[in-house]
Amino acid sequence: MWSFNGIATAIDAWLTQRFNQGLSLATEMVLAGVAVITLFAVLGLVLVLMERKVSAWMQIRLGPNRVGPKGMLQSLADTLKLLVKEGLTPNSADKLLFNFAPFLAIIVAMLLMAPIAFAKDFQLWDLNIGVLYISAVSSIMVISILIAGWSSNNKYSLMGAMRSGAQIVSYELSAGLSVLSVVVLVGSLQVSDIIKSQADGWWIFKGHLPMVVSFITFIIAVTAETNRAPFDLAEAESELTAGFHTEYSGMKFALFFLAEYVNVFIVCAVGATLFLGGWMPFHIGQWQGFNHVMDYIPSSLWFFSKTFLLIFVIMWFRWTFPRLRIDQLLNLEWKYLLPISMVNLLVTTAMAILGWHF
Amino acid sequence: MFEEQGITPEGDLIVNVGPQHPATHGVLHLVITLSGETIKKVEPHLGYIHRSIEKMCESLTYRQFIYVTSRMDYLSAHINNHACALCVEKGLQVEVPPRAQVIRVLLDELTRIASHELWWGAMAMDIGAFTPFFHAFRERETINDIMEETCGARLTMNYMVPGGVMQDLHPNFQARVKSFIQQYKHKISEYAELLTGNIIFKNRMKNVGVLSVEDAISYGCTGPTARGSGVSCDIRKLYPYEVYGKLDFEEILETGGDSLARYMVRIREMQQSIRVIEQLVDDIPEGDFQAKTKAVLKLPKGEFYQRVETARGELGVYIVSEGGTTPYRIKFRSPGFSNLSVLDKIARGGKLGDLVAMMGTLDLVIPDIDR
Repeated sequence: MWSFNGIATAIDAWLTQRFNQGLSLATEMVLAGVAVITLFAVLGLVLVLMERKVSAWMQIRLGPNRVGPKGMLQSLADTLKLLVKEGLTPNSADKLLFNFAPFLAIIVAMLLMAPIAFAKDFQLWDLNIGVLYISAVSSIMVISILIAGWSSNNKYSLMGAMRSGAQIVSYELSAGLSVLSVVVLVGSLQVSDIIKSQADGWWIFKGHLPMVVSFITFIIAVTAETNRAPFDLAEAESELTAGFHTEYSGMKFALFFLAEYVNVFIVCAVGATLFLGGWMPFHIGQWQGFNHVMDYIPSSLWFFSKTFLLIFVIMWFRWTFPRLRIDQLLNLEWKYLLPISMVNLLVTTAMAILGWHF
Repeated sequence: MFEEQGITPEGDLIVNVGPQHPATHGVLHLVITLSGETIKKVEPHLGYIHRSIEKMCESLTYRQFIYVTSRMDYLSAHINNHACALCVEKGLQVEVPPRAQVIRVLLDELTRIASHELWWGAMAMDIGAFTPFFHAFRERETINDIMEETCGARLTMNYMVPGGVMQDLHPNFQARVKSFIQQYKHKISEYAELLTGNIIFKNRMKNVGVLSVEDAISYGCTGPTARGSGVSCDIRKLYPYEVYGKLDFEEILETGGDSLARYMVRIREMQQSIRVIEQLVDDIPEGDFQAKTKAVLKLPKGEFYQRVETARGELGVYIVSEGGTTPYRIKFRSPGFSNLSVLDKIARGGKLGDLVAMMGTLDLVIPDIDR
């Protein structure tokens, strides 16, 4: 079966044959960038359509079904509409920061694509601090939201930005702690190592109750971090009309929108990688026959089905739960999630030292 | 300089909620003073949808003016019309045939369910749950279809005339109402699963916007808003009109006074409406659907007042007649106006997120407030 590594090596060999090293490296960077942007756009379109279909399914209606077969081209049509719309900049806004904020959001989302392993040997950048890199870069997201809210010079935007600042900074703690518990068990921050360690069983099955707890904490925390309902206080439309992007229109709004969906994909991919084995097929200990059958399913299918399962769960949250209030939101994090994930990390560490996991 | 930017000298933000805002469900304009997320003051500004309905009614005849009142509280249009028809009948001293009385009450209760359904969905949407809205509209649609068959319209029914109803019931009416009741009985428990039992929802509603008994009485709150505080004010029980006196149903009272109590009152009221419909729908008396009245109605000189229980509370119609074909003066006492007036009282000290929960459970319909 062809692998990303093979293709990459072939392209690299072909380029270095013809050009000098600098030029071929530059070309490779451009190619990788184009690949990420394409993936980005496709993911955005697919996820928006999925959200609309899932919400329609839960709300006893049909959802988009006019543009293209079964409404598949609906999000393409929406994108076209947003592209040709006028991107207004309010007179009283800080023009530089106002226009910069959506790009920062999208840059952060693109940077996060790099260390994610989409399939076996299909990873853009397997750096040795992969998980740390993901937590570090994803925390820049809050800056773009704060800039957007502050520079719009609108009270609703400002309040949305302040809310999301408090929210994301708080929830990053428990997200980070639950990620750490996997890192403690694996003993490495590298994404490929984490996946390799799950060859004989995923961490959610191998790690007893503490792993289940940290998986649940992780899902709650990243739902809050990506500003999705029931934690969508930053845009809470019934309170703040549209929160931090009230003043944005056209493609600048679309960039925020796209960044939100790609962030959802990324956090779900990270969750699938850490707890559900990434592209690793479902293996049960010594059952050789069963494991072989599972190996026949392509690794990309494993990765995407796990990721989209988690995305579905997060969408399910959104269309079922009412929104929390700001004080309840912070109470949930500081009074419950953070202590739980701290104790959980201690237990996991003890488990790792004593070797109690499978 | 601070005043220009909408900041008070103490450094609090002044935020305009409305007249175009997703949570006000109409053109209500609230000027709120916020210290961070905490509400210090709420100031409703009215008049964006004032159509001078009272003045319009004064230049229309007693048969015509009833239809204008559908546009006040458009969610319980039928009950508005009912109040006007009752008031005119009081002046004319017309006896409404028993069949018409039962039809009126049946449609009143169907309207009440439809109105509470819409309130349930819209309030859930205010606090961030979108799905209940569609579930509520599914049931409301069935009621609207029944209304359409019998009255010819879905929202502003205009089915009441002085002396009875405009035309007889559609032959399908009884069967469709019965099948609706059958499928609707299970829905309340479905709602409980989806929203009422949800822990986030309960936390959002509990101890939010607490309205004391004294405040409820002194601000003139009526309907589910006051009954959530434990004030007995159901006009159907206290001053029965039509056949309500002979019916067996409960007046729902809750004692909490918070948003959750108001919510529970409306949910339980829907069950009581079902009970009323069940008692009436099986044997609707035969006979005329309209009493014989003169072609041109003239009320004797005097003052007439009639109140009814709409889905939002007590609606009073006050007619002053000089003996002519049109009323000399008409005054509507609308429930929404009084219920809105407590918003400032209960919202102070709450969070911005609480404001939408409070507005949701006060069940404000803006054209009813402004008229």
